[in-house]
Amino acid sequence: MADHLSPSLLRAIFAIVWKDLRAEFRSFELVSAMLVFSLLVILIFNFALELDIKTRQSVTAGVLWSTFAFAGTLGLNRSMAIEKDRGSLDGLLLAPVDRSAIYFGKFISNLTFMTLVEIIVLPIYSILYNTNLFQPGLLMVILLGSIGYTAVGTLLAAMSVQTRTRDVLLPILLFPVAFSVLLAAVKASGGFLNNSELTDILLPINLLIAYDIIFIAVSFMVFDTVVEE
Amino acid sequence: MKSKPTTLKILDVFSILVLGTAAYLALVVAPTERVMGNVQRVFYFHVGTAWTALLGFIFAAVLSVIYLVTKDRKWDRIQVAAIEVSLVFFFITIVLGSIWARPVWNTWWTWDPRLTTATITELIYIAYFMLRQGIDDPDRRARFGAVYALLGGLSAPITFFAIRLFRTIHPVVIAGSNPEADGSFSMTGDMLSVFFFALFTFTVIFIDLFWNRIRLGDLQEKVEQLKLKVTM
Repeated sequence: MADHLSPSLLRAIFAIVWKDLRAEFRSFELVSAMLVFSLLVILIFNFALELDIKTRQSVTAGVLWSTFAFAGTLGLNRSMAIEKDRGSLDGLLLAPVDRSAIYFGKFISNLTFMTLVEIIVLPIYSILYNTNLFQPGLLMVILLGSIGYTAVGTLLAAMSVQTRTRDVLLPILLFPVAFSVLLAAVKASGGFLNNSELTDILLPINLLIAYDIIFIAVSFMVFDTVVEE
Repeated sequence: MKSKPTTLKILDVFSILVLGTAAYLALVVAPTERVMGNVQRVFYFHVGTAWTALLGFIFAAVLSVIYLVTKDRKWDRIQVAAIEVSLVFFFITIVLGSIWARPVWNTWWTWDPRLTTATITELIYIAYFMLRQGIDDPDRRARFGAVYALLGGLSAPITFFAIRLFRTIHPVVIAGSNPEADGSFSMTGDMLSVFFFALFTFTVIFIDLFWNRIRLGDLQEKVEQLKLKVTM
């Protein structure tokens, strides 16, 4: 526990990320499921909210974040369930590395999958609804929001796969806790989309950064106790 | 089996007495608010329950840390007691707030940040019990419960400060005022004393229920152990 940022820890984190990415790029089962699911959610919103030009202005941020959150739980659930079902989680736990390496490795690969989906969903949404979502501020907010969401999501997914109700439980555990992140992210994204004053957007962005740090720090500290047998 | 401690018995009676007194003070003694009328009297119990419930949630987060460090299941039982009582108290807060909002805001419910965060806090602790129900191994249940209560405890302060961060119509009566609030008022001397008595009352009731619940948890644990002994 003494040398938390030693090169061996970084190597272990990188190894886990690399393992996940390689497994994913062979099958694309996670990203493709998340992607199709996201498009379906947007489609449902389209009919449910009648996204004409007027409503679009006010709800785009909300629709985007609901989509990311739903797709996110799908990915988080799956990436942990795979480890548990194939018994590879035990293998990871037996490895002579700090447990936090497993958390950060999983966190980074989950974040990568989520951003990958977002990178594909954003242009599709832009084309379908003729709004330009490629603003640097908005992209930064989406990244910050995804970091907070996956940071706490990875921890909760590790918990929920070990319960009897597993898949059902993750959204129930995750949404209320990640609510503050989602709230700040929607406020900040909406601010950028409606060209609000920067001073109005600054508060939710600060909240987002604060929550990212809090969630990563807490998850890092308690992950050990979540995976121990 | 140990019978109920005398102090707890006395506390039981005392909390019923203070609850009666607080109800009398709030409903009869406290002056009627000029604009809102009698419905403002809900305020004393609304803040009383909210105060104890939020403190209970934060206290549970502290217990999480203690449990995770010591790994003594006693702290887990205390935590469950704290959260269970707080959950009920916070539910009462929301219901009382709704009763007040009907005449003052002209609606039972509005998606104001303060109200939304309150609901989310309530949902977090409902999820807490669902999480515990899904785990059979008592040690793991205690560990996961502690982790989740810690995450939940981080959100309780946000609920309290939401009125200061985002625009809301929820009044800020204590320490500061909210110019955009609907249904704000300032307390006179009599109101203040009734208010503090209500805070005191709900703190006493909370401690009483909390203690009873801890005792119940201990007895449950004992029953479990006896059952194990019989089957072995």
